[in-house]
Amino acid sequence: MKRASLWRTVRLGVSSLLLHKLRSALTTLGVLFGTSSVIAMLAIGEGASEKAQAEIRLLGSQNVILRSVKPREDFASNQQTRVNSYGLTDSDYERVSATFPGVGRVVPVREIYEEVRRGSRAMNPRVLACPPVYRDVTGRQVLEGRWITDQDERGIANVCVLSDEVARYLFPVEAPLGQTVKVGADYYTVVGTLMPRTRQRSDAPGAGEQTQAEVFIPLETGRKWYGNLQVKMRSGSREMEEVELHEVVIEVDQPDSVPTVAAAAREMLSRYHTQKDYEVVVPLEQLLLAEKTKRIFNLVLGSIASISLLVGGIGIMNVMLATVTERTREIGIRRALGAKRRHIVTQFLVETVVLSVGGGLLGVALGLIVPLIVEHFADMPTVITPSAPILAFLISAGVGVVFGIYPAWRAANMDPVEALRHE
Amino acid sequence: MADTHSGEIVAELEHVSRVYRMGSAEVRALDDFSFVFKRGEYWAVMGSSGSGKSTLLNILGCLDRPSEGQYRVRGTPTSQLDDDALSDVRSRELGFVFQSYNLIPQLDVLENILVPLFYQDDPPADGEQRARRLADRVGLGKRLEHRPTELSGGQQQRVAIARALVNDPALILADEATGNLDSQTALEILALFDELHAEGKTIVLVTHEPDVAARAERVLRLKDGKIESVYENRKVQA
Repeated sequence: MKRASLWRTVRLGVSSLLLHKLRSALTTLGVLFGTSSVIAMLAIGEGASEKAQAEIRLLGSQNVILRSVKPREDFASNQQTRVNSYGLTDSDYERVSATFPGVGRVVPVREIYEEVRRGSRAMNPRVLACPPVYRDVTGRQVLEGRWITDQDERGIANVCVLSDEVARYLFPVEAPLGQTVKVGADYYTVVGTLMPRTRQRSDAPGAGEQTQAEVFIPLETGRKWYGNLQVKMRSGSREMEEVELHEVVIEVDQPDSVPTVAAAAREMLSRYHTQKDYEVVVPLEQLLLAEKTKRIFNLVLGSIASISLLVGGIGIMNVMLATVTERTREIGIRRALGAKRRHIVTQFLVETVVLSVGGGLLGVALGLIVPLIVEHFADMPTVITPSAPILAFLISAGVGVVFGIYPAWRAANMDPVEALRHE
Repeated sequence: MADTHSGEIVAELEHVSRVYRMGSAEVRALDDFSFVFKRGEYWAVMGSSGSGKSTLLNILGCLDRPSEGQYRVRGTPTSQLDDDALSDVRSRELGFVFQSYNLIPQLDVLENILVPLFYQDDPPADGEQRARRLADRVGLGKRLEHRPTELSGGQQQRVAIARALVNDPALILADEATGNLDSQTALEILALFDELHAEGKTIVLVTHEPDVAARAERVLRLKDGKIESVYENRKVQA
């Protein structure tokens, strides 16, 4: 059919639909909500998964992280003076760095359970004692000053680097560099501050909330001043803990070897540890898991959206069948005046598609607004991928075609004589 | 029977029967019916209800096909044509005027007149001009933008006549075209038909009103699907 006449058919369809404004509007609602829910749900799902993925990536997708985990206490151990001895050991660290194939740098980390104070301001960040290489492996970036150096390490220097959050809290007014903070009972000179760790898409709303309160000191300094045995204050009770290393970050050479290294680490740890006082965190595995979860999520959303579009489509078909019956006479007139069956099919199909596409367009608009509302009130990140509105729009047009075929076919196959006689 | 008018044959029925089955009974709405309509003739078809005049009109209009026999429009046999080809014949060769005007409510006057051209495979380029001229001619040149609901019955029928003329048809079929109109308006419409006849158009007007039939040039009376009588009206000069 020529473009001009198709355009005329579309105009005719619109004016026929406008004869029954309320009915047309109500009919589009099904597709409208179907389409908008497709977009809104995709946006929310995408947002959630992007947030999860960003968090995982912060751990470093090419790293394998070993962590000390306090084993589950048995019932007799509730005495306050008991010393819990558990976790990764220096020998674990040495075994990993000496014998594991495909391993780059291996970083031992200790955590110090001390309060950090500056004048009257105090807070409880994670105080991590780590070697200089920690920064490269975990991808932290220095904002001002410098990071821990080998020299600090050798000299067992009392220096520290503050994460952005700590720096801002302890030094609300003055510049932190060169000042001192008190970690437990000792004074440390601040030599550097870190950039806030943000999500990769820094333009996305909610970015910049990923900072964590952390204070870094040289590993050797931590070993020397705080030892392995520490007292941990926890909900009113004191606990003695003896842990050699809290974390070992293994940097893997190639992404492909991550699963091998992870398996080797699990194997090694299970051989040397009698109890499960460790965990192996593999961000890559979590990433894959997150992707799998996202796929399932999308599948569920997809089914819900298809059902609502199906219902919307059936609604449209229902109304179009009624319209065809109501306009039997018009069909008869048009046939008498020379309309072929395909003209009638086109006319009603175009009308159905105008309905569903109208609903689809409004649905796209609503679908773009809903995520903004969700983001504003529910504080959930949402991401609208450009393909979502296009996809939703195409689906709504498809619904129109699929559910318009039968009414249009019915209209086209009426006997012209009967149709003309119809009151 | 058909007289020996010298004009070109526009529509020709050859032993046409139309048989309806009502359960086991067989109704022959047209029974071995043969007739010829020639260019420029103005026929009134009369008959009581059930005489077969509607069936004849449907077959003449290519809306229905004969069960037996052959119907030719300007020499084209229609019995073998499929639905699309029949639609083509309707859009090129035929013009319809109905009792209840049958304008399309969502279209304005101009658009209604243009409908038959819209369905032609190769519509004339000057279609819209032609439609405007025809609207002028039936006296509705100033109401092109009006919807059918904004017009009186007589005006609607004028639009329908303009629509029936827009494709310059070989045959104009009018089905009780004055049936819904008051007598004054009916006379106006009949005068319009007279004009068309004077211009040489071929018109078949189905009616049950003797007054209306009297305006035609010739009258064909049907009974039980067969020709009862054929006669020529003596023209009374006004």
